[in-house]
This record gives sequence, structure tokens and C-alpha cells, in this order.
Amino acid sequence: MPSVTYIEASGTKHTVNVESGTSLMRGALNNGVPGIDGDCGGQAACATCHVYVDPAWLAKTGRAEDEREKTMLEFSNAVQDNSRLACQITMTDALDGIVLRMPEGQF
Amino acid sequence: MNHVATPAPAADPYSIPLDKIDVSNPALFQLDLAGAYFKRLRKEDPVHYCAESAYGPYWSVTKYADIMHVDTNHQLFSADHAVVLDDVQIQGGPDGQGVGIESFISMDPPRHDEQRKIVTPAVAPANLLRLQKSIRERTIRVVDELPLNEEFDWVDRVSIELTTQMLATLVDFPFEERRKLSKWSDFTSGTPGDGVVSSWEEKNKVLFECGERFTQLYNERKKLPPQPDLISMLAHSPVTESMSPMQFLTNVLLLIVGGNDTTRNTMSGGVLALHRFPKEWEKLKANPALVESLVPETIRWQTPVNYLGRRALCDTELGGKKIRKGDKVAMWYISGNRDEEAIERPDELIVDRKFPRQHLSFGFGVHRCVGNRLAEMQLRILWEEILKRPFKRIEVLAEPKRIYSNVLRGISHMPVKIHA
Repeated sequence: MPSVTYIEASGTKHTVNVESGTSLMRGALNNGVPGIDGDCGGQAACATCHVYVDPAWLAKTGRAEDEREKTMLEFSNAVQDNSRLACQITMTDALDGIVLRMPEGQF
Repeated sequence: MNHVATPAPAADPYSIPLDKIDVSNPALFQLDLAGAYFKRLRKEDPVHYCAESAYGPYWSVTKYADIMHVDTNHQLFSADHAVVLDDVQIQGGPDGQGVGIESFISMDPPRHDEQRKIVTPAVAPANLLRLQKSIRERTIRVVDELPLNEEFDWVDRVSIELTTQMLATLVDFPFEERRKLSKWSDFTSGTPGDGVVSSWEEKNKVLFECGERFTQLYNERKKLPPQPDLISMLAHSPVTESMSPMQFLTNVLLLIVGGNDTTRNTMSGGVLALHRFPKEWEKLKANPALVESLVPETIRWQTPVNYLGRRALCDTELGGKKIRKGDKVAMWYISGNRDEEAIERPDELIVDRKFPRQHLSFGFGVHRCVGNRLAEMQLRILWEEILKRPFKRIEVLAEPKRIYSNVLRGISHMPVKIHA
């Protein structure tokens, strides 16, 4: 199973396996990774799975393009160029080893 | 004494023909009967049309997924002057001259976005860290002073006290005047005949006083360098300049109600829920780390905002029903949070629920509650402090008194005894 490294704002790393086809939000929740809440259940209807995609992986995940995702990120906190909602990124073999950083708080 | 409607609505929703059901009757909430009505609607007619009510015809959306659909499609369902069913309240009284609802909760993008963004930094994670210490100190003081083994009113001593203190801090309001904030909050959400507000004239008089006080504070803060309090943020934003005095006042009132009633009622509701589900209290006592899931679970269980309204911007379909352009739609969060298809054993408070954060109490989409993290932080600190103390249990001594409102699920009095 491909792996994902989630890094908390404090620097604590969590490397976990996430099945292909699962969203990176669900991957964090299923593995008990703190720092991602996923309140809306994966519909880009809140912004509580906000992550920063490591620049080295950005070409593979792409940036936020969907209107709904962009709007919710706009209301979020500390948004950067590489901000995404983790629920809108689906795990694939091509993303094996991806690194995501979390903001200091979900909002 | 709160207003009680006469005649009281029927306790059994099955004694009324389906098409005559009107869940907008505030008495249903004051008497805590609404739950059975929504259960019937979810089962038999989840997108329900009520042709006649005190607020005119409206649709009720009662299932979790349908509410999510309405809330997240602001292009189809507008919030503009439609957040409550009562047009008179939105206009500020029958003559339209009073304090209505002109704040960003009652707007669509892009105007909504501009105004919301002014206040967002005050309740974003960085500012919450700054507030955390003082909220904890005040919570400790309030909890330490609670009487043990004797009756007192939890609402007044804990819920109102803590939320008004926090709100005074957030807007940097003179601390000794803080109980004015809860009065203004009650008058903002109140309507004549609810036992709090006697007439539109009285309501508007009280709210204009609030407006004067905040205009004063606004002018003072404008002359000072920017501070991280809400009034300073409003005073230093160019967007505020373009607001009418009424928009300024109603945005202030929105922040007061948002920061006050909702958290207050969840503080009371949490105690009630743990009284009713004593095994859950035992679980918490044994493992205080469960506060993390207790907090969102109490927010779901209480659902401090029963519903918010929308108006259809075009003809559309929902749950097999044809909703026409201009129709009023109520998203009943209180019902969606009890939807068996979305939440397991939804009537129960379960402190170690698997995904407790997935509830509708904060809404979703562009209008999602801006203060949700602040609310959770206050609740978390309160429960952490309660659990540090040798309280054997908090007993609710009588049925709580509920407010006469269909919008806010409020508890006005709740006698309790802390067994220690």
C-alpha cells in the first residue's frame, strides 16, 4: 500500500499507509493522524482538512482548481500557494511517498 | 417566566395530517416536542411543504444529505434577506424601520465574503492561542466558585457568565458592562411575545442603544493603532467604511449572538446530556482525554441553531420535490443531526463516537460558522476544568426551561446540583 507522510505544524511526522482510491483526508482520519479534522466528510464544504502539499509533489497533485475547493480555501486560514483540501486529493500509486504539512490549526 | 403558547401544540405529530404539519411554531421548541415531528417528516416526507404558517409558505429540509446540498449550493439557495423565515424580523419590525438582519449571514457572495473576511482573523487559530490563557483563568475562577451539594442555576452561573466574559474579551468591551452583551444578544434573536421582548418598539430601542455604544467604541478604536479585537478590526477595515450604520450595527449584533447564545446553550445542553446518559459521564471521568470528542458531540446533540433559511434563486428539485424560484426553504440542522441514515444512534450522546465532528451544527459552505473553533475551545476548557475537580456528578434537578424560539435552541434556566 502506498504511504503518505503527514507533518504537524509542530514538526511531528506521521508516515502511514493509505490505500489507492482513498482521499488523503480519509487517510489521515482512518490512521488517527492529528491535525486534520474533515468535518464535512469530504465534500469540500468546509476547510478543516487544509494541507500544504510539499512543493516537490505539487506537479503530481495539481493545485486547487475546483471552484468549491478554491472558495472554501479562501475562507480558511494561512492559505499559501500550495494549499489544498486533502479530501480533494485521491491517493494513487503515483503519490506513494507524498509529503503534506498541516497548518497550526484547522479552521 | 417565559411565554407559553396557548393552545399548546399536539405532543403527537401523528394526530395531525402530514400536510398540516408546521414545524416553525416556536412552541414546539419551547415544549421540546419538535423532535417527534422531525422524526415523522424524515420518515414520511423529508422535503416537506407547509402551505400556511405565521411566516407564509415554506419548505422544510430535514435529512442530513439534503441540508448539506442546500447549504453548499449558494448559487441555487440564497441567504440574501432569507436567513430566518420571519420577514418581519429580517426587516426589523412591521414598519421596516427597526433593526433587522442586514449582516453578512444574510448576504450572498461577493458582499458576504468581503464583510466576513474583516472579522475572520479575530477567531482564527493564531488569535485563539492568544485568548486561550485568559479564557482558562476565567473558567477556573467560575468553576472554583460553584457551590457544591446545593442547588443553583447552571445557565446563569456558568453558561451566561463564561460566554459573556469571553465575548467581552473578544470585542474588548468594558468588562463591568458585560451583562449588557447577553441582554443585547437576547433582544437580537428575540421577537415580541417570546417572554423577553414585549414589542418591536422595545426591541428596537434596546438595539439602538447597543448601536450607540458600539459606535462610540468604534470611534475610539479608530483613533488608536489596530488591535486584535473585533471592534478594532471593524474600525480599521476599509470595507466597514462602505457599510451603512444599520449594516455596521447588525454585523456587531451577529457577532454578539454568534459568540454568545450558541456556546451558552451548548454549555447547558452538555450538562443535560451527561445527566441523561450517566454511563457517558462515567466514561469521561475514567478518561478525560475524551473531552476532544465530547465537545463536538455536545455541539451536535444540542444543535444550538435549529435552522437557517434560504430562498430558491431558480426552479430546482430536491428529494423529488419541485421547489420554485422565490420559495422559502428552512434547513433544519436539528433534524439533520438526528438523521439515522447519517448518524448512528443519533438521539444519544456518545462521548467516544467515531466521527463526532461530522455534524451540521456549524453549517457548511460559505456561511459555515466563523467562530466554530473559538466555541470549541471554550467548551473544551470548561469540560477539562470540570473533570479536574472531584465532582461525582452534576445532577439536573428539574426539566430545563427552554426559550420560545424556532431559530435558537436555547435553555434559559436549568437547576443543578454538583455532587462532590
